[in-house]
Amino acid sequence: MAGFSVMDTLFQRTLEDLIKGLRLQLIGESAFLSKALDEIRREAKSTDPDTKANALHKLTYLSSLHFYDMSFAAFHVVELLSSTRFSHKKIAYHAASHSFDESTPVLVLITNQLRKDLSSTNELEVSLALECLSRIATVDLARDLTPEIFTLLSSSKVFVRKKAIGVLLRVFDKYPDAVRVCFKRLVENLESSDSQVVSVAVGVFCELALREPRSYLPLAPEFYKILVDSKNNWVLIKVLKIFAKLAPLEPRLANKVVEPICEHIRRTGAKSLLFECIRTVVSSLSDYEHAVKLAVVKIREMLVDDDPNLKYLGLQALSIVAPNHLWAVLENKEVVIKSLSDVDPNIKLESLRLVMAMVSESNVAEICRVLVNYALKSDPEFCNLILGSILSTCCRNVYEIIIDFDWYVSLLGEMSRMPHCQKGEEIEKQLIDIGMRVKDVRPELVRVSRNLLIDPALLGNPFLHRILSAAAWLSGEYVEFSLNPFELMEALLQPRTNLLPPLLKAIYIQSAFKVLIFSLNSYLLQRGSPASFSYSDKLLPDVPGLVSKRDIPECSDLASCDAPVLGKQDEGFNPRVLNQSFGDPSVEYGGEETSTCGQSSASASLKDSFTHESIINLLNRVELAVVPLTGSYDVEIVERARNVLCFIELIKPQMPDCLVQKEEGSDREEAEASKIIKLMHDAFSNDLGPISVSAQERVSVPDGLVLEENLEDLETICGDVQLPSLNSFSLGSSYFEETACVSIPIFQSREERGPSNESTSLLAEHRKQHGLYYLPSEKKDGDYPAANDLQLQANHNDDDDEDLAKITEQLLVPKKKPNHAKPRPVVVKLDGDQAPIAAGPHPKEDLLSGTVRDVLLGSETAPTTRSPTNRKGKEKLNVDSATDSKENLGDGEKREQGNSSSRKSKHRNSTVSHSKGRRHRIPGKKGDEREEHGQKAKQKSSGRHKARQRAEVPLNVVSQTPVIPDFLL
Amino acid sequence: MIRAVMVINTLGKPRLAKFYEFQPVEKQQELIRSVYGVLSSRAETVSNFLDAESIFGPDTRLVYKHFATLYFVFVFDSSENELAMLDLIQVFVETLDKCFKNVCELDVVLNYSKMHTVLDEIIFGGQVLETSSTEVLKAVEEISKLETASNAISLVPKSVSSWRSR
Repeated sequence: MAGFSVMDTLFQRTLEDLIKGLRLQLIGESAFLSKALDEIRREAKSTDPDTKANALHKLTYLSSLHFYDMSFAAFHVVELLSSTRFSHKKIAYHAASHSFDESTPVLVLITNQLRKDLSSTNELEVSLALECLSRIATVDLARDLTPEIFTLLSSSKVFVRKKAIGVLLRVFDKYPDAVRVCFKRLVENLESSDSQVVSVAVGVFCELALREPRSYLPLAPEFYKILVDSKNNWVLIKVLKIFAKLAPLEPRLANKVVEPICEHIRRTGAKSLLFECIRTVVSSLSDYEHAVKLAVVKIREMLVDDDPNLKYLGLQALSIVAPNHLWAVLENKEVVIKSLSDVDPNIKLESLRLVMAMVSESNVAEICRVLVNYALKSDPEFCNLILGSILSTCCRNVYEIIIDFDWYVSLLGEMSRMPHCQKGEEIEKQLIDIGMRVKDVRPELVRVSRNLLIDPALLGNPFLHRILSAAAWLSGEYVEFSLNPFELMEALLQPRTNLLPPLLKAIYIQSAFKVLIFSLNSYLLQRGSPASFSYSDKLLPDVPGLVSKRDIPECSDLASCDAPVLGKQDEGFNPRVLNQSFGDPSVEYGGEETSTCGQSSASASLKDSFTHESIINLLNRVELAVVPLTGSYDVEIVERARNVLCFIELIKPQMPDCLVQKEEGSDREEAEASKIIKLMHDAFSNDLGPISVSAQERVSVPDGLVLEENLEDLETICGDVQLPSLNSFSLGSSYFEETACVSIPIFQSREERGPSNESTSLLAEHRKQHGLYYLPSEKKDGDYPAANDLQLQANHNDDDDEDLAKITEQLLVPKKKPNHAKPRPVVVKLDGDQAPIAAGPHPKEDLLSGTVRDVLLGSETAPTTRSPTNRKGKEKLNVDSATDSKENLGDGEKREQGNSSSRKSKHRNSTVSHSKGRRHRIPGKKGDEREEHGQKAKQKSSGRHKARQRAEVPLNVVSQTPVIPDFLL
Repeated sequence: MIRAVMVINTLGKPRLAKFYEFQPVEKQQELIRSVYGVLSSRAETVSNFLDAESIFGPDTRLVYKHFATLYFVFVFDSSENELAMLDLIQVFVETLDKCFKNVCELDVVLNYSKMHTVLDEIIFGGQVLETSSTEVLKAVEEISKLETASNAISLVPKSVSSWRSR
């Protein structure tokens, strides 16, 4: 460097200076640091190794503790690596292991330097290189340096050897073929006399076995020996971890190790070893009753210990036992429940988990009561944790453990009122879900909803808005169970609902609409049921075409299915249809008269309250409350408000007449009013059922429907005739059936429709004005609250085996009556419900071990299957002497494919290296190795019996475990 | 294996950070910050374990120990024993104590490279290498000796600078 003088070097700041300088900077630290960084950039380029080393030292410090990027200096690090001075090397290796990663381009330059240092006579230099390699080894480095590491594995210096063992983990990871070279020596080190060497080797095996335990079964005898003989707790812990993985794979092995482990439990004074033994027993040996009992005794000791660590771990161990041995938890019930109020959040959380594990059908109410009390007392965070776990436990497997749904629903109501409750979304989901699944609980649901709705204070808490919207929806949907619809209406229209977000507010209006229809209908029923009967009788002959088109038995079903669709479409949109499509619903009305009567008779007591006056008041009240909403900026609100208003407008002029003319018998006008009301009522009274989550996926897009295409052109040709087809797109948005198929009947009915009246043309105009709004809203389907989604998805499916795509077909299928269970109300289940529950955690399939298995098992007989052969050995064998049977060759190839594909997914690079590796093979050491494998394989193809024979000899564990290759013994 | 070792002071300043899986520096900073965030809110008497999965991803645990003004934090996965890790922190701190004769935060601050040397003798590539503080100390001393020896051959500038810094 030109401008770099001795003076610069002389007055270079060392790391110590830098740190001290930094400590003096109370303010302006960053300015100081950036100045220092500038210096470093300059110094790093120096030709003087001392200056460079110093600069890199400082840089690594800044990068490590002040998080400055030091990738710019990568090349300087490489330069410094080649310094002969140890102190420089140390700095350089430290910098490299701190800052290099797979993508560092200069990595390719250090292979030779590493090789040199690995073969150095100075063990500290070797150690530096190993240390660095353990952090940064890449596929190429691992492959190229495998021979050096192999040599070091048998180094006489323990200091070096243990590091060489440690580095194997990374090397195997990157370059699985290294296993073929180094595995034997790694295994030999398990029997080393130096306990540190054994410790590191066992550590490596522990890591490997956790990823793919099966491959290491053949080494069980070695591990067993360590388990029995070793006095080093560190080693024992690791060995236990290995056995925890191996034991479930091989019952004989479990049988063998359970006694020594119990012995350790009884004898050891070290808590860490004790805990590891306990964990091994409860997680992997839980079939051995006496061992579990012993472990639980020890767990109990931990639970009552003063040390919070032991208590915490004890609780953890208990939760591992819980699924198989619930008695262990129940035995310690008091401690667990007491821990709920521990100061330590970990302990609280763990005991909460345990408490939830104890929940069963019989005690769910009791436990939830205790928990809710705890929740009331605890801080918001833990309170919500409690609520969350109650909710998730209770809804598990479609409310499996809930028998008394009335209780559960009122618990949900209670939870909603808790001051810290933030579980609105989950409670909302469950309220609606239960409403749809469990018929018998609906009256209670409506009661709970009412209590929530009439409390104006709750509207002030944004966390509760979702729950309130669910309550509003429920009380609208199941209004027939309401004791006082007028009160409900007041609650739904109270001024404070303005605090709700628009979408939820829209639900309120919609529910108010339903309540209104119900009230009107009840009023009419009470007043003039004879008239309506006669009317519907009169009407029947008018629609012979419709009736004859469909089979008589299905008639009512069909109609009831069509009716809501029509009704909902209309109410959402265009009351015109009311006038045109009365045919179907009135038929249905005739058919379902009894059921409607049944529903209203449920609320017979309140019937008397439906006086003419009260109904008129109700209409006025609703009108008064809804009119201002038409000025809202939100489309949904305006839409729904308009619907209500239009309906009122339609009904209101006829109401007084209705009363007068009632005395004179049936009149056309009254018929008109009651007809409309009944139509709407029927539309709403049809039950909504739950639907499988996967149902939507099964809907095929109809031919010629391009959802992605810009629909704007439709605007221009958006005449009245075209409107219905637009419906099928835009109405999908929220409340309405979104499937295209459903719109077909509307389309047809609309085509036959006559001229529209005033209100409908108003709506049509509104539609035209806001046409643009409708289209995008359809795309944001997900934005709508779940309540709506459920409603719209669930419209017709009470049992979801049907496919939405075949919805028309499905409409013809009579509703399946669920089997009524005795004490517990029926809970509708869907096949889709099971899917997420069934999907348990998969054991991780990690196959570096493909090669390990090749080395260990490959040339040997696997315990159960026909010998999968060492594929390398096999290939070699086939080349050398084509003595092997074709079958074996096939085997080998199959394995090859399986392995490479699985490895491809795990280590993207290793497949590449793998093929390279073959070319790179170093004949010297590997030759022998492979020869050995080849022989082994040859032996095995004939000598499987031999292995079996050996297994019969009562030799320690050998009899219990799969056969071990000779060279390992 | 052990995923990371951190020493953070009670004000949140990192004093030592070592990640055994490569992490970009920004990520390191973020991780240290979030660990400190949780640690600083914990009471003295509670357990030494922490739910690390929200910070470090699945299958991670965290154990820490609070000495004077420093938090010693080890992050590891299911192949390590929690109590053993706690012991290992003890081994680390004991070794530092022997190394610096009553270690305090200032020693940790000023002896950046020695801290790493000690740690590297205890944990190697995420594996526990040595658990006896005497053995570790022996190795560290040997390394330091060689370091000074190699510096002694150093030319004037180095010796001058070390003289200057005294």
